Amino acid sequence: MIRLENVTRVYRLGDAEVQALAGVSLTIAEGSFTALMGPSGSGKSTLLHILGLLDRPTDGRYFLQGQDVGDLPDAQRTLLRRHTIGFVFQFFHLLPRLSARGNVELPMLFAGVPSEERKERAMAALAAVGLTHRASHRPDQLSGGERQRVALARAVVMRPKLLLADEPTGNLDRVSAGEIMELITGLNRQGLTVVLVTHDPAIAAYAERVLRMADGQIVGEGKL
Amino acid sequence: MSFHDGLAFAWGALRGHRLRTTLTVVGIAVGIGAVVALTALGEGARRYVVQEFAALGSNLLIVLPGKVETSGAAPFGGVLRDLTLEDFQAVERVTGVKMAAPLASGAETVRFGDLSRSVPVLGTTGEFAPLRRLHVAQGSFLPAREPHVGGFEIVLGFKVAKELFGSESPLGKTVRVGPYRFRVIGVLAPRGRGLGFDFDELALIPVRTAMRIFNRTSLFRILVECHDHRDMDTVRKRVEEVLFRRHRAQDVTVVSQDAVLEAFSSILRTLTWALSGIAAVSLLVAGIGIMNVMLVAVTERRREIGLLKAVGVTQGQVLVVFLMEALILAGLGGVLGLGLGTGSVWVFKGFYPNFPASPPSWAFAAALSVALGVGALFGLWPAARAARVDPVLALAGGGR
Repeated sequence: MIRLENVTRVYRLGDAEVQALAGVSLTIAEGSFTALMGPSGSGKSTLLHILGLLDRPTDGRYFLQGQDVGDLPDAQRTLLRRHTIGFVFQFFHLLPRLSARGNVELPMLFAGVPSEERKERAMAALAAVGLTHRASHRPDQLSGGERQRVALARAVVMRPKLLLADEPTGNLDRVSAGEIMELITGLNRQGLTVVLVTHDPAIAAYAERVLRMADGQIVGEGKL
Repeated sequence: MSFHDGLAFAWGALRGHRLRTTLTVVGIAVGIGAVVALTALGEGARRYVVQEFAALGSNLLIVLPGKVETSGAAPFGGVLRDLTLEDFQAVERVTGVKMAAPLASGAETVRFGDLSRSVPVLGTTGEFAPLRRLHVAQGSFLPAREPHVGGFEIVLGFKVAKELFGSESPLGKTVRVGPYRFRVIGVLAPRGRGLGFDFDELALIPVRTAMRIFNRTSLFRILVECHDHRDMDTVRKRVEEVLFRRHRAQDVTVVSQDAVLEAFSSILRTLTWALSGIAAVSLLVAGIGIMNVMLVAVTERRREIGLLKAVGVTQGQVLVVFLMEALILAGLGGVLGLGLGTGSVWVFKGFYPNFPASPPSWAFAAALSVALGVGALFGLWPAARAARVDPVLALAGGGR
């Protein structure tokens, strides 16, 4: 599914260069569930952004489903994000003016899915996360856990191959966090490849593979 | 993304900021409204003048003493010869001239009993009435007669007759113009203000008499009506030639009604453009308002833009959505502005019913396209900024 070859990412901050990724090589199998762990500044978010085609490696190569995507033009990377990758963020990033259903419909709206089909698929996705009864509520009327479930429904409504989750439980209480992780695990069992960033060992424990990062490198592998 | 979906999305974003959206729309509406209203007034003024001229007949040539195009040395070399009644008679005989009327003018007090009124007094001949499309309400107009023969008949304007005689019939009564006595032979039908003269407020007497009592040696004008509109230029040249031969100098000016009309029309058209230009400044300000609001929106919604990019919205789509927001603001402003402009013209017409002020038909299409153009112009840069937002930076950090 994913193969990284010696990927680096260097930021310029004024005159200083910050090496966020210092040569990461990595293979992630299709249908696997991987957790990236490490302290802040270890480069795990940068790695996730590169995997999600939101950021480009400074050097090295990135193969997604066998295709070298490091040098693809922006338009094609956008289309890959649309159809192949789903995102879940720590801060949900729901549009406050749209209802839960509207938020789930968003990726389909811009993908040109007809209105009727959008509605059906959004409702199905909301049903899958147990929020059918909250479909017409706006984000500010939902609890944190419900918001993240809406975000999860939005992430998978385009039926992606890869789910990237950046601290998805970072803003949730234990119960809600557990619910979200159960949902993600369920999606993984249905064949969705999952890469999850966290610094919480309890959350990482849901993954079948844990990669430890420090100073922009992968320094260890395996469960605690 | 279908056009409709994009529009709905943009509209949703605007609804989130009702007050801001409303104020921006009002800004555009004021600009568009000002353009529409001022264009309507300018165009109305032009139409008014054109109408007035058209009422005078379109085959008209006007002969006036003196040369309009003065050469550099004119004040010393140019001895102005009078425009005489003999000149008038010569002009009358020019081929292609249907009729002509001489005009001598002065101002004098017309008295009847204790009542008096100071009015312009025009000396002319019987041809003046058909030439200027004047109608007589009572009695008759000046008799058609040799211009050299004077006479003490007078035709009064409608208002003059009313003020001097009230409901009494003035026909056959004697009025005094200065020290001279005139017999009233007719009253003009009400006509209202024309260009130059208010035909309701004047008195007409035979031209020879007028020249004598006002002590004039030269006519004020000679009005000439041609048979055929197409011959106007030829006739004008012939008239100039005849007068050149008689005066041995180019010391008269012959202008056609069309030329005067054209001049007025173009002056007023320029005025209209100038007014619209001034109004357009407010449109420019409104456009900058749109740009400001959109830039604020882009800054406020960086996170949203980042998210849109993450879920696979292309740069082009982000650009289109933000541009649509600007266009909705501008379009609504345009429609509202049209209403505002038309409404204020309507109110204006309530006060001045005779003034033909109405926005020219092209103003509607133009107002809308200008509004949308302003929206596109000032929306493009913010939209382009939105499209360039870096999703990683936009999504980083805390928030809702």
